[in-house]
Amino acid sequence: MPTATRSTRSSPRPPSPEGPLFELSGVALARGGRPALDGIDLEIGEGHTALLGPSGSGKSSLLRLLNRLADPDRGVVRFQGRDVRELDVLELRRRVGLVPQLPAPVPGTVADNVRYGPGLEDRSVDPAPPLRLAGLDPSFAERDAGRLSVGEQQRVMLARALALEPEVLLLDEPTASLDSDAKAAVESALRGLRGLSTVLVTHEADQAERLARRIVRLDGGRLAP
Amino acid sequence: MSTVSISASEVAAALVLVALAAAVSFWRRADLEGDLGVAVLRSFLQLTAVGYVIQAIFDTDSLWLVALLLAGMVAFGSFTARGRAKAVPGALGPIVLALSVAAAGTLGLVLALGVFEPEPRYLVPVGGMVIGNSMTAAAVALNRLADEVHDGSRQIEAMLALGATSGQASRGLVTRSLRSGMIPLIDSTKTTGVVFFPGTMVGMLIAGAEPIDAVRLQLVLLWVLLGAVALAALIAVSLGYRGFFTPAHQLREEGLR
Repeated sequence: MPTATRSTRSSPRPPSPEGPLFELSGVALARGGRPALDGIDLEIGEGHTALLGPSGSGKSSLLRLLNRLADPDRGVVRFQGRDVRELDVLELRRRVGLVPQLPAPVPGTVADNVRYGPGLEDRSVDPAPPLRLAGLDPSFAERDAGRLSVGEQQRVMLARALALEPEVLLLDEPTASLDSDAKAAVESALRGLRGLSTVLVTHEADQAERLARRIVRLDGGRLAP
Repeated sequence: MSTVSISASEVAAALVLVALAAAVSFWRRADLEGDLGVAVLRSFLQLTAVGYVIQAIFDTDSLWLVALLLAGMVAFGSFTARGRAKAVPGALGPIVLALSVAAAGTLGLVLALGVFEPEPRYLVPVGGMVIGNSMTAAAVALNRLADEVHDGSRQIEAMLALGATSGQASRGLVTRSLRSGMIPLIDSTKTTGVVFFPGTMVGMLIAGAEPIDAVRLQLVLLWVLLGAVALAALIAVSLGYRGFFTPAHQLREEGLR
């Protein structure tokens, strides 16, 4: 886990109950007038889970429901036993971090990016520990994030998510835009994360095997056998 | 100030220049003769109609009728700006508020300061200028806002995913949109008197006013317009961005690219 300094949070985290981290019941979602997810019943436990499927299978749409970047048209998504719509959405997103498919740094230095999330809560963090966890040397902190390679930027995205000390990390095809060296570096950083549950979206079966303990297959917006 | 009297036949004579424009269009195959005809007809009908309306209001000297006319201008201007900012969900409400506050705020201020007398002769034309410029500024700012949201949707969602509110995630693009709504008028104000003469001053000079009087009135109007445009663009984008988000700080599908 990252060792970023932390002040008191606005509300204490509930103790992690027994049972799944996420539970989806009868979830359906349409995007652009077409069904993206259709009747999904799924439990995602602690540890490392991969959502595997071809492009358009609904895996990224499913991932966006877990931190409420979107809500389903039908069905319920629960986090640690509670309907996510009953939780404070901003708090949920700090507890359930996300690394996007393509890096989207805020203008400024690497340190500005790592501090962005905690700064929204008026917390200050030392950028070095999350950078190390993401496989970047702390000397990167003062570099302009916009001038890094895409692979380095993606690790800044990982450090930025880790700076919030999330309980779960959602990874949306985090290596899809990277060359093989950068991909290996990001995967290495992900394997080094201890005590943090992850949900990885990928279209690569090999990567799912390497990074996840459990693989959930999706096809055409439904769970595949 | 002397008055200028132009007969109907003199107005008709000015159509010679429209005929010249049509001839140029025909000669260079610009295919604008039809549009020119429509523009001439619409300008004639609209200005004649508004002339009679204003004459009636001047004759009755009723401030209620002035308020009614300005409300009509706000409504018409709001629908026009809404048509230009189609990509912003739920933009009509912010635009109506932006134009109403810009018109009421700036007219109220110049009346309170005693710059103009509370008479239809001043309120109708100044109100029309304020509402027209506010409409353009709001439409430009909202158009830019839509482009910024579409182009920056990945960045916005990345910030939301870090626990930012929709307001925090939109702060930079709201500022940039506000700037684009205000910059055209600021630039034209900077160059006024050097690159072009503004309409009020031209009208007063033609009507025989002393140049310094024309300048003073023009300055008042320019500065009133600056205030109105700033208010209108600020209100339009500060409220307009919310149309792209749900109450749960989610970017709506209309904002995603």
